[in-house]
Amino acid sequence: MVSELNNRIDRRFAKLRSEGRKALVTYIVAGDGGLENTVELMHQLVASGSDLIELGVPFSDPMAEGPVIQKGHERALEQKASLRKCLELLKEFRSRDEETPVILMGYANPIEKMGAEAFADALKEAGGDGALTVDLPAEEAGPLNDLLNARELRNIFLLTPTTSDERIAQITKLASGFVYYVSLKGVTGAGHLDLDSVRDNLARIRCHTNLPLCVGFGIKDGASAKAVSADGDGAVVGSVLVAAVGDSADGAAAKDRIGGIVAEMRSALDG
Amino acid sequence: MTKPSSPIDFGAYPDARGHFGEFGGRFVSETLISALDELQEMYQRLKNDADFQAAFDYDLAHYVGRPSPLYLAERLTESAGGAKIWLKREDLNHTGAHKVNNTVGQALLAKHSGKKRVIAETGAGQHGVATATVAARLGLKCAVYMGAEDVKRQSPNVYRMKLLGAEVIPVESGSKTLKDAMNEAMRDWVTNVDDTFYIIGTVAGPHPYPQLVRDFNSIIGREARRQSLEQFGQLPDALVACVGGGSNAIGLFHPFLGDESVKMYGVEAGGDGLETGRHAAPLNDGVPGILHGNRTYLMEDEDGQIIETHSVSAGLDYPGVGPEHAWLHDIGRVDYVTANDDEALTAFRTLTRKEGIIPALESSHAVAYGLKLAATMRPDQNIVVNLSGRGDKDIFTVAAIDGIEV
Repeated sequence: MVSELNNRIDRRFAKLRSEGRKALVTYIVAGDGGLENTVELMHQLVASGSDLIELGVPFSDPMAEGPVIQKGHERALEQKASLRKCLELLKEFRSRDEETPVILMGYANPIEKMGAEAFADALKEAGGDGALTVDLPAEEAGPLNDLLNARELRNIFLLTPTTSDERIAQITKLASGFVYYVSLKGVTGAGHLDLDSVRDNLARIRCHTNLPLCVGFGIKDGASAKAVSADGDGAVVGSVLVAAVGDSADGAAAKDRIGGIVAEMRSALDG
Repeated sequence: MTKPSSPIDFGAYPDARGHFGEFGGRFVSETLISALDELQEMYQRLKNDADFQAAFDYDLAHYVGRPSPLYLAERLTESAGGAKIWLKREDLNHTGAHKVNNTVGQALLAKHSGKKRVIAETGAGQHGVATATVAARLGLKCAVYMGAEDVKRQSPNVYRMKLLGAEVIPVESGSKTLKDAMNEAMRDWVTNVDDTFYIIGTVAGPHPYPQLVRDFNSIIGREARRQSLEQFGQLPDALVACVGGGSNAIGLFHPFLGDESVKMYGVEAGGDGLETGRHAAPLNDGVPGILHGNRTYLMEDEDGQIIETHSVSAGLDYPGVGPEHAWLHDIGRVDYVTANDDEALTAFRTLTRKEGIIPALESSHAVAYGLKLAATMRPDQNIVVNLSGRGDKDIFTVAAIDGIEV
């Protein structure tokens, strides 16, 4: 077992638990809205109340994303964002924020290209805390999982309404940091959140793990964030932030927009 | 790249988790795993079920029109001046291509699954038409995802799908071609996984698709093997087939893989030429990576982003290739070569004029390499070229190249 306090994710959830508060996990795509603005946007997320940042690594074929985040990836790729760039931006963020956990969320191929070991080393060196690789299910995740564990980095896995009890047991054995529960069958940004199903499935997952459970997909505002995290440990919000960045004329406007959205969610979660 | 010393049991691949050596596997988001498990379980059960096989064989005989002939192309042979060229006439199948072998099989699986809606991705439109066809026959709802660029360049097939009752959904994301259609079909499947059966059209995608699409298309090679023995008394010296995702090629090759004397050539789309970078030949000029649920050779940049491909034929315009081909390439069992756009167009015209057969532009790549190969071989040798589809759908593309408005 790894020591609980060697990783920012573990420290943050321990703190939240002791305060009786829920985690607000926020997602933006690195490079979206301009490479020069990403680090400022990350600091804004923190200033407005985000507990943990998922920095999206843009990919040419983001199979699990709805139209909003797909466009975010396309805009970021136009800015020449890449896995390497994401790691540089993370390092820059870390020079001014030593506390907020950051994970890289993306797809397997850019990691495959860099090499899993080189990626794990680079993530550690940049001050990252974990990774979530959407198209790397438990069956294929073994080698990367070992490399991350060896560096005290966390590997975040998705669980979904279609995951069987048997698989929940298998996946939670590999999982670390927290578990990301996908609230619905669909892509990011979908609109058919079913709170009863979320409650039932979180209860099912609780039987297998003590890891914090954060709920994402279909969360649009403070009310939905509060609702899904009632039975979990936190809420993940992505599409509304990516849409706000996409709709903003410049970096300053994007900063204001996402700051407002996150602050509203924070106060709903704490209220 | 060296051949292994002990014979390989090709029938034993993929392994239980869908791997062909280091290729294949199941790289999808968690939501789809249970649907893939369900499909795999159902397929393992049905593939050895006599009733299921009988139903499949019946459909192939009476609906598809099999067996397809193995035709000695005498004037084509004469023009190459070497080995005899035999054409495996998949172009004569119902709907005009090999794709229907697979959609008939998957439709039977869909029927067994009880799901009332099928979806598909399509490039040239052949797989979309073949899916819309079996959906019409079984009374299933059908949606076909097609890149917006392909919708433009393959309008006859778009209309055929609509006539058959399918909804054709143009995909505007990414490069607006086959790979993006596949992304969008996956997104649909994730959303509607409870009532939707995804009919993948090629030997790519997550396990078990590469296996089941191969198995359904292997009728091509089984027939060709039997016909070769009947018609020229021996196994062919060489097989030639075009490779985009690679379903017609694996269908022809697979039943011959254990026959060491049979050489095999998979022909990738050379586009403007390998040296220009404007092509769709990942086995010749790509690297291993992960896309669309499997590990295989891909066309990508230094950051692991998938790059746009180029081919005159929409059906070969794909940056990946089936994982079994990636493996057969690495172990050296199959040679993967290329034919450029120009060579394919020349072969298209040659076959049309010499034999009265208008081939699909995809299949024209195989014909182009077959002609080249035949010229290096003896007249007592035999080559089987897979004529995977007919060219009616491509006459507008060729006419446009000729500057003619049809």
